[in-house]
Amino acid sequence: MQPKINLLDDVLVERIVAEGFELLQDPGVKIHSDEALSLLADAGADVDLRAKVARIPQPLVEKALATAPSGFALYDGEGNVAVRYEGDHVQFDPGSAAVNILDGETGQHRKPVTADYVRYAQLTETLPAYDAISTAFVCSDVAEEIGDLYRLYLSLLYSKKPVVTGAFRIDTLHVMKDLLVADAGSPEALAARPRAVFDVCPSPPLLWSELTCQNLIDCARYRIPAEIVSMPLAGSAAPVTLAGAVVQHTAECMSGVTIHQLANPGAPIVWGGAPAITDMRFGSTPMGAIETGMIDAAYAQVGKRLGMPTHAYLVASDSKLIDAQAGFESGMSALMGALAGINMISGAGMLDFLRAQSLEKLVVDAEIIAMVKRLLRGIEARDDSLGAALIRAVGHHGEFLGQKHTLTWFAQEQHIPSDVVDRNSLTTWQNAGSKTTVDRAHEQVKSLLATYQPRPLPDEVRRALRDIAERAARQFGMERLPPLPGDAD
Amino acid sequence: MSQELYTQLAQAVIDGDEKVAMSLTKEALTRGLNPLEIIKEGLTSGMEVVGEKFSRGEYFLPHLVMAGNTMKASLTWLEPALKTSGMVRETLGTVVMGTVAGDIHEIGKSLVGTMLAANGFVVHDLGVDVPTSKFIETVRETGANLVGLSALLTTTMSVQRTVIEELTEAGLRDQVKVMVGGAPVSPQWAQQIGADGYAEDAAGAVTLARRLVGADG
Repeated sequence: MQPKINLLDDVLVERIVAEGFELLQDPGVKIHSDEALSLLADAGADVDLRAKVARIPQPLVEKALATAPSGFALYDGEGNVAVRYEGDHVQFDPGSAAVNILDGETGQHRKPVTADYVRYAQLTETLPAYDAISTAFVCSDVAEEIGDLYRLYLSLLYSKKPVVTGAFRIDTLHVMKDLLVADAGSPEALAARPRAVFDVCPSPPLLWSELTCQNLIDCARYRIPAEIVSMPLAGSAAPVTLAGAVVQHTAECMSGVTIHQLANPGAPIVWGGAPAITDMRFGSTPMGAIETGMIDAAYAQVGKRLGMPTHAYLVASDSKLIDAQAGFESGMSALMGALAGINMISGAGMLDFLRAQSLEKLVVDAEIIAMVKRLLRGIEARDDSLGAALIRAVGHHGEFLGQKHTLTWFAQEQHIPSDVVDRNSLTTWQNAGSKTTVDRAHEQVKSLLATYQPRPLPDEVRRALRDIAERAARQFGMERLPPLPGDAD
Repeated sequence: MSQELYTQLAQAVIDGDEKVAMSLTKEALTRGLNPLEIIKEGLTSGMEVVGEKFSRGEYFLPHLVMAGNTMKASLTWLEPALKTSGMVRETLGTVVMGTVAGDIHEIGKSLVGTMLAANGFVVHDLGVDVPTSKFIETVRETGANLVGLSALLTTTMSVQRTVIEELTEAGLRDQVKVMVGGAPVSPQWAQQIGADGYAEDAAGAVTLARRLVGADG
């Protein structure tokens, strides 16, 4: 039995859903996209083109929720199902779009460059805890205009895993689609086996910018899975009450699903988010707050009630370095998201309010995720006699280590952590240099990178990807892309 | 021909398969193979692989104990054969060990015994709540050169000192090196009661035992 928590009782779920429907009709949603507004108007919504507000009747939303698939899969670079967005499947990927990296050598937060991204992609590839790779940070050594597609380009070069990504502009989404088509071989192959999901973020409260709305529509048209990342900031850009924040999330997601399904009914879309509470002392929006995780778990429950695949932003910490706060915030939120049965949990490796990625934290978080995944496997009855027969046979000698039963089951019953987790005796730990978690994680990053196996990518695919990325770079005034490790020229 | 049998026997130890190991051992003896060679080429070489896998993190305690038990089971057939033929098994030493009187804690001590046996020592594990006189007798009978004393309670720690005193009394103290262990035991305590060494865990006990018998040069 997969353990599960529900933070909302059934009555509360229905009240939240009802208020979500209510909000879409009054005050409606503000949408800075004429295309979306005309899609909605054609379908019967009450659209004020001047105010750019659409009031969406409940049946229209219900129809969209019905045509939206309840599940879909993401495929890896070899064409295997690697991620299932459906039911209570729980999967993890690193956090996305950080602007800084916590340098493992110097301990400084700095702007990341191409070499950092390559190391990140290689490291993620070696960590089985991550079911997908995310386009984790923005490289500062390429033109800002290609920041989004360049991350995807590098991810496809160095990783086989599915990609959780997103576009920063309207035009670059098409370039990113071209990259994915080149990787898949053809548009048909990409549609049949989607490799990536695109985050699209409405602005709280109840507002779609031209960029995100167009991204949403374009994903639908291409049948590239989209992930609505609604982010009610409870107390500043959303009601301070957790239930109120979930209502706002519900309405924003409902509006996104409706626009998306009108553009292409049946295209895959995810009920996701990155909410946070507002800290009333500093005005900051902590990802590691327990209430932030509670909003996620609650909206996931609403999404499931409406038959949607789910996503959330957890396993992130607001600490500036890898310390006890980073550990407990990431650990608690990972646990909460997993127990809520959220299909894709993004955020690992992140520090400083999602501003910084850290390779060392990715390694530590991989341990958290592995433990959480063990928890999700639950407790099973392995034998007809649970224990009595064995305990009787062993008698009072207490010798279970030498029993065949122990050998048979220990590796399935116990998750065996890596050396990042210390379970040695005091003396052994001291003799090994009295290393902290961070010391051990730093060593682990190095040893894992040494085991990285390059993705076997046909030369023509590699060349096609490079041509697409270089063409985009030239368009924005970059004559050439930064050299990659192992580049001859 | 015999090499193939030894390889199979080694594999049985690696797999911790007592049944297969026993039948292969019997077969080897029936074929008239040298018992010393059976031990060296079959059992010990299998145990070496297990030890390497354990230190690389591929094998875990259950593998180690199962392999140790498998080796022990085979030895119950091989030792009488050694005796009849007047051969002596080459070992690093003979250990007499147990949990001291008044203390019934078994697991850690048994693990140390298994590890020592797996690493080339002949182990006489006397069990738990072992009367002090039993340690003395067994050391005398076996001509052991190592004694291992386990105590898990602060109230029974002092018995480790008693055993050492009795060994001196019996004139056996010079013949043996004494190792002590157990949760409340520390290197300081070992020194205080005149023991020759302390180890914190089973792997440490093997390192210590090898050092005490001069196996590491």
